[in-house]
Amino acid sequence: MATVAEHGEHHESSPPKGWLRWVTTTNHKDIGTLYLTFALIMFFVGGAMALVIRAELYKPGLQLVDPHFFNQMVTLHALIMVFGAVMPAFAGFANWMIPPMIGAPDMALPRLNNWSFWLLPFAALLLSSTLFMDGGAVAAGWTLYPPLVLQTGNALPFTIFSVHLLGLSSILASINIIVTIFNLRAPGMTMMKMPMFCWTWLITAFLLIMVMPVLAGAVTMLLTDKYFQTSFFNPAGGGDPVLFQHLFWFFGHPEVYIIILPAFGIISHVIPTFARKPLFGKNSMVYATAVIGFLSFIVWSHHQYTVGMPVPAELYFMYSTMLIAVPTGVKVFNWLATMWKGSLTFETPMLNALGFLILFVIGGFTGIMMSQVPADLYYHDNYFIVAHFHYTLVGGGVFAIFAGIYYWLPKWTGIMYDERLGKLHFWLSFLGFNVLFFPQHFLGLAGMPRRIPDYALQFTEFNQISTVGAFIFGFAQLLLVYVVYQAIRGVGERVNSEVWEGAKSHGLEWNLPSPMPYHHSFEGIDIQKAIACE
Amino acid sequence: MVSASGSYYLPHKAKWPIIGSLGLFTFMIGFSMKVLGFGGGGFLLILGLLIVLGMMVGWFGEVIHESVARLYNEQVDRSFRWGMIWFIASEVMFFAGFFGALFYIRMYAVPWLGGEGTTGVGQFTHLLWPDYAPEWPTNGPAHVGGKFEPMEAWGIPALNTLILLSSGATVTWAHWGLLQNNRDQFIKGLIFTIALGVTFVLLQAYEYYHAYTEMGLTLGAGVYGSTFFMLTGFHGMHVTIGAIFLTVVLLRAMRGHFDPEHHFAFEGAAWYWHFVDVVWLGLFIFVYWL
Repeated sequence: MATVAEHGEHHESSPPKGWLRWVTTTNHKDIGTLYLTFALIMFFVGGAMALVIRAELYKPGLQLVDPHFFNQMVTLHALIMVFGAVMPAFAGFANWMIPPMIGAPDMALPRLNNWSFWLLPFAALLLSSTLFMDGGAVAAGWTLYPPLVLQTGNALPFTIFSVHLLGLSSILASINIIVTIFNLRAPGMTMMKMPMFCWTWLITAFLLIMVMPVLAGAVTMLLTDKYFQTSFFNPAGGGDPVLFQHLFWFFGHPEVYIIILPAFGIISHVIPTFARKPLFGKNSMVYATAVIGFLSFIVWSHHQYTVGMPVPAELYFMYSTMLIAVPTGVKVFNWLATMWKGSLTFETPMLNALGFLILFVIGGFTGIMMSQVPADLYYHDNYFIVAHFHYTLVGGGVFAIFAGIYYWLPKWTGIMYDERLGKLHFWLSFLGFNVLFFPQHFLGLAGMPRRIPDYALQFTEFNQISTVGAFIFGFAQLLLVYVVYQAIRGVGERVNSEVWEGAKSHGLEWNLPSPMPYHHSFEGIDIQKAIACE
Repeated sequence: MVSASGSYYLPHKAKWPIIGSLGLFTFMIGFSMKVLGFGGGGFLLILGLLIVLGMMVGWFGEVIHESVARLYNEQVDRSFRWGMIWFIASEVMFFAGFFGALFYIRMYAVPWLGGEGTTGVGQFTHLLWPDYAPEWPTNGPAHVGGKFEPMEAWGIPALNTLILLSSGATVTWAHWGLLQNNRDQFIKGLIFTIALGVTFVLLQAYEYYHAYTEMGLTLGAGVYGSTFFMLTGFHGMHVTIGAIFLTVVLLRAMRGHFDPEHHFAFEGAAWYWHFVDVVWLGLFIFVYWL
């Protein structure tokens, strides 16, 4: 048992050996690695499910799987990608980067940090085991709407408990992140000096703490409705299934910002570095993030326009939803202004950041289209919405994760990844992604419903194009694994502490050696001077 | 902001988290098997609970140990405080979800079931049950769970309000004692608070017994029974947790822990206690009274 204060005999500069290191670790870098590895595995599990879906949809009619299994794939793909891949990936970035960015020795509550991660594999185990149960996995869609979801077989309680574990993990991680940012900033690192990634995660953590408990309550009501005779969602007993939708989307809408805000944070680091200019309008970025966070709480029913809400409610949710375009526009224009007259270079992180920008803006525009009640009555539950949220969550979220990985991987490993393969990975992903999802806009507008394993003949061509894109995008990810694996193994050029030209002025982390030391990131570094240099 | 890396205590290994995860995992599998009617579910459920309990004893024990050994500086103390505040915030939102459900059902769902509203679902729902007159309390148009009596506010619930409010006062009195280094008042205040908390839980247990045996009011008594028992039940669970929390603080106080400067555990427990107190006021007003 050692404290940082007591150097000397307890001082360990290299990590302990053996697999138990990973189970008992309290080191933010180890836990960041665990999160990222877990996210990568889940990305492939969820991705395999997506390929099952796309393979089935290659031709009209039923060929590979039966409709019930198709629905299980649709449901689990979403749950695994949202809770297992994207959110843990961003938590991994938070663990790796927040302490070095604010000059902290580690996360504020290291034991709790370990628990936040180690709840996840058990949640994943509970969830994926339901595939092999009587009645199969939950097949009602990731939104778990009653009464349909209450027809699930034995999988239902396991799925609900899995959601509880995922929620607990998120809440604990968020508490840790907020406390770290509030309490462990180095002297001189004021809130307004704090890097954007920390800001976006601070607001994300706040959102998680506010909405995860509501989801926990909502799924608990599902559990008691099914097994303990309550009537929350049963109109015969005075309840209302629409109540679940309100509770779910009170969580679900902030949830999509929970996924995209840390992505905004990463992009706000990558673009300035490769434009060799400071981020344009840093303060307005902070305020825009806060406004997006606030608005996310008051727009949830735009997911429910077709459910039979009173018209005044629909109008309110329509206008408040449109408002979100304002702070989001602030961000996009700030990124563009950052690049304006910059000395741009296009290394892999920058390519991914630009990919993010293009794809997220497309996803944002289709979002504005669907915010309008009269138009959405038509778009609702067809492939247009599928295209929309994949443009925001994959085009936005996942491409930002790629950008972040290539941007910080040299800092983590001390090795420059293979730039040629990195670029190839980007171009294949970008191409595959657009071939996969762009035709789905047309399918939706032509009236193809989502979550259906079969379709009318006229949708065939676009579905085939989409499936080809899915396999390109999916298999391109093997390149990512290879590139990251090579860097971890130490194959490649060694990098200095700055890694990217002029990066020192873009964040404290670029003052640290690459790789960062296992403990005591800041030993021998003058934090004050580094902060003043920014 | 005191400088960071010099003296901030960082533990190097943690074995309790993985044990906690295993415990929760066992508990959840047991619970699921139990509701699905598989044998062995009850056993796993209890085993899981015991593991979680052991984890809490072990983990908190370790932290108390380090605290008594004065390994924590002021900055660590602040981390704990912020952590507790945000944990309570998440608990507030958990109850907000259930209160939101109650408000939605009373304000919208039930009137719509009775045919109110011409633009929303109200225009359709009353076709199913044309004779249903919306009212509160209700167990719905199908009278799910049969005849029941609603819980009257001005009996035990009013008494319980008095009890919890007084316990909020006694815990503050204990805090004053601690701040003045008056250990006698500190310990007495804690004992009063815990006694009031236990009385509250016992009275609520009696109320539940009465509801189940004589009033026909059960968890299955339509949406009134659902919201009544889920809200008051989760609250009662939190009072119980708070009382255990305070009991641990009391035992530590009797061993001479805490002084006017170092007493985060006590303050955490007191904040938690005030939180269950405030939730109860909401319950008394919206579940029992109005």
